[in-house]
Amino acid sequence: MPLIDLANPSRFLAFTSRALPWLIGATALAFAAGLVLALFVAPDDYQQGATVKIMFIHVPNAWLSMFVWALMSVAAFGTLVWRHPLADVAAKCAAPLGAAFTFLALVTGSLWGRPMWGTYWVWDARLTSVLVLFLMYLGVLALWRTVDDPSRAGRAAAILTLVGAINLPIIKFSVDWWNTLHQPASVMRLGGPTIHPSILVPLLVMALAFTLLFVTLHLAAMRNEILRRRVRTLHLLQAQGAHA
Amino acid sequence: MTLGPHAGFIVIAYAATVLVVGGLIVWVAADYRAQKRTLADLERTGRKPRP
Repeated sequence: MPLIDLANPSRFLAFTSRALPWLIGATALAFAAGLVLALFVAPDDYQQGATVKIMFIHVPNAWLSMFVWALMSVAAFGTLVWRHPLADVAAKCAAPLGAAFTFLALVTGSLWGRPMWGTYWVWDARLTSVLVLFLMYLGVLALWRTVDDPSRAGRAAAILTLVGAINLPIIKFSVDWWNTLHQPASVMRLGGPTIHPSILVPLLVMALAFTLLFVTLHLAAMRNEILRRRVRTLHLLQAQGAHA
Repeated sequence: MTLGPHAGFIVIAYAATVLVVGGLIVWVAADYRAQKRTLADLERTGRKPRP
């Protein structure tokens, strides 16, 4: 099926019903492999000890927190520039998932920070910019709930999303631009990862598992949103019929 | 698997993840059932969704 066909909501629904069982299976397999590697195969870190196991969930959630906003930004372009019929559906359904991943990145980071840094929280540039990202997710979610008409809400949320995208390079480069307690990039960096393969491989498998989880939940949530809009249309038609 | 002196932090981090991810899965699944049920009710009352 050409990708352009997925712009049609009915074809998209047919696609999701075919793709979701495979995605659910792939996600479960990736998590099974990732958790075995992370909890039973990966060695303790020479400095962090067993606390490194928190990194196997913290880092994928942190990556996804930014990836989801980047995806919402692309969808925002789709809403504002191309008026793609599924663009605001994609953005709306990604927002709660992104908020959940950002929340988990903050919570697991704090739980790692207490034994390693001696504190749950510091107002350094990386932690603060991720907290701002979380608040922006909540802002987008609130905006979607405030405006009743989906197309008007979609345009307003798209503008807020594109403004918020300024925060993504700030998060990424905060550890380089400012003197932060948070360590600099150790996987996605020029010169290659600085992590030993015995820890890097489980981390990448867990990152794949969380990414598959996001794709699965996002497609399922988009399917729900399309159905919700059909319900809304039918209710409007019923209301019009009752008044005719 | 030994979790060392900071086992509590590790267990809470994984438990929080399971809780949040589980919550997302339940929310998406329940929402799907609710939308399908509402659509079916509307169809019973004579309205058909667009093809």
